[in-house]
Amino acid sequence: MSAALEVRELAKSYGGEPVVRGVGFTVEAGECFGLLGPNGAGKTTTLRLCLGLTAPDAGGIRLLGHDVPTQARDARRRVGVVPQLDSLDPDFTVAENLLVYGRYFGLGDAAIAARIPALLGFAGLSGRSDARIHTLSGGMKRRLTLARALINDPDLLVLDEPTTGLDPQARHLIWERLRQLMQEGKTLLLTTHFMEEAERLCTRLLIMDAGRVITLGSPRELIAAHIEPEVVEVHGPRCDAWAGQRAQGLASRVESVGETVFCYTQRADPLLESIAAHPRLTYLHRRANLEDVFLKLTGRDLRD
Amino acid sequence: MINSSLTNCYALPAISRRFVPVWRRNFLVWRKLAVASVLGNLVDPMIMLFGLGYGLGGVMSGGGTSYFSFLAAGFVASATMYAASFEAMFSAFSRMHGQKTWDAILNAPMDLDDVVTGELVWAASKGLLSGVAILMVAVVFGYAPLSGAIAAVPAAMLIGLTFAALALTMNALAQGYDFFSYYMTLVLTPMMMLSGVFFPVGQLPAAVQTAAAVFPLYHGVALVRPIVGGTLPPEWLVHAGVLIAYAAAGFYVALVLTRRRLLS
Repeated sequence: MSAALEVRELAKSYGGEPVVRGVGFTVEAGECFGLLGPNGAGKTTTLRLCLGLTAPDAGGIRLLGHDVPTQARDARRRVGVVPQLDSLDPDFTVAENLLVYGRYFGLGDAAIAARIPALLGFAGLSGRSDARIHTLSGGMKRRLTLARALINDPDLLVLDEPTTGLDPQARHLIWERLRQLMQEGKTLLLTTHFMEEAERLCTRLLIMDAGRVITLGSPRELIAAHIEPEVVEVHGPRCDAWAGQRAQGLASRVESVGETVFCYTQRADPLLESIAAHPRLTYLHRRANLEDVFLKLTGRDLRD
Repeated sequence: MINSSLTNCYALPAISRRFVPVWRRNFLVWRKLAVASVLGNLVDPMIMLFGLGYGLGGVMSGGGTSYFSFLAAGFVASATMYAASFEAMFSAFSRMHGQKTWDAILNAPMDLDDVVTGELVWAASKGLLSGVAILMVAVVFGYAPLSGAIAAVPAAMLIGLTFAALALTMNALAQGYDFFSYYMTLVLTPMMMLSGVFFPVGQLPAAVQTAAAVFPLYHGVALVRPIVGGTLPPEWLVHAGVLIAYAAAGFYVALVLTRRRLLS
């Protein structure tokens, strides 16, 4: 399999402030690759650079065999984009949104019209082709945006936070559709804040912070490499004191955040026994997940 | 194809037929509201024309008829100017900024130059439509010969392109809609007063006449009015040349500013 996207030593500054600093990664054809990072990590800028919407200060990008940004327009013929912000045309119906967008790819009206029923079916919007955009729910709008991104039958789909702001039902439906697209052999590149989303969908992912790549691998590899397999979250009165006296010896890593103590461990049994001796403490015992990795690597500080 | 506008925001405009789908997008929106829009295009200037034409024309020596003709030809230029400016500022800004229509287009195999070119030609088309509406009114009421009205169409399109280009520079600089009011009040309105729309520029003091010759609308009026009357003015090349120069320079500056705004 050849690479769908190759990024080397990418750098971009805004007003002297570096936003992307030496980012490099390769997205293989047919995989779902995730870009993760807190707000301001440089994810959206990296996507914009990869699509050739802005020029890098340094580094190289090859997208579907084309040099970016010099041949970005040629590369985008085979790319579909689901942007973070709704950019559907409010003056148009569902079908008109697809028709008008297809024309930007140089497609003829008849060719676009022939594709619309299947795309609406895929988006779960059959029978809605004449609906106005403002009558659609958030989930429907996102699915229509996904259908719009597929108007040119792209090889690579770029999705910037595809499920942000959606309820769980709508989110699961989008995930289902994205899996279907992977089955069809499409390559997916997505950014997300939802670790659950990344863990479920991504074959590989990259965590970035402050414009740099922190780590790269499959969700399972990252969890295995960076974090203990089991987590016990403890709440309750004086849990800090318990953490200081007891937990330190029983867990490989203990983190106190506000009213909660996070204990990361290879084996949770000794911790659970100790908690049982303190009846006023409550706890949640779970397997370590990508969110634990993410928080360990990027910290718990708020980002704005 | 090398996309130079991305790496060099001062690159010359890359004009391609890709602007057509952008124009068609705006046309489709307009078509949905066409009845109201055309009605406005016709009724608005008619109220102005009949009010000023008969009222003001009546008190002037020479009578109402000739002043009506004079005014109608001037309105062809000023209405085209206003419609093109409005479209390239308020409407283009909402597509660029509020609705993110431009962002969506740029994710397709389209360049920013294609989008700005499409907006330019579209705004000029909207301007032309307003100008043509007035020409139709003038022809229907017998204040302009049909041949003159038809001959004036290319000149009106040129006026539309000129003011669309100038307004797109404002669009590139705007942080909000308020910004456009300054341009309308401080630039377009004084220009309309001093460019010979309502009265011959010869009525103005000599110094003001010289200054008025700088305005693109002055050249628009000087070009359109004789053509509507059925004669090509002897200095038509100068007037057209000034309009083309404003259009070309305005479009280039608009592109540079818009690239700096959106592609950095």
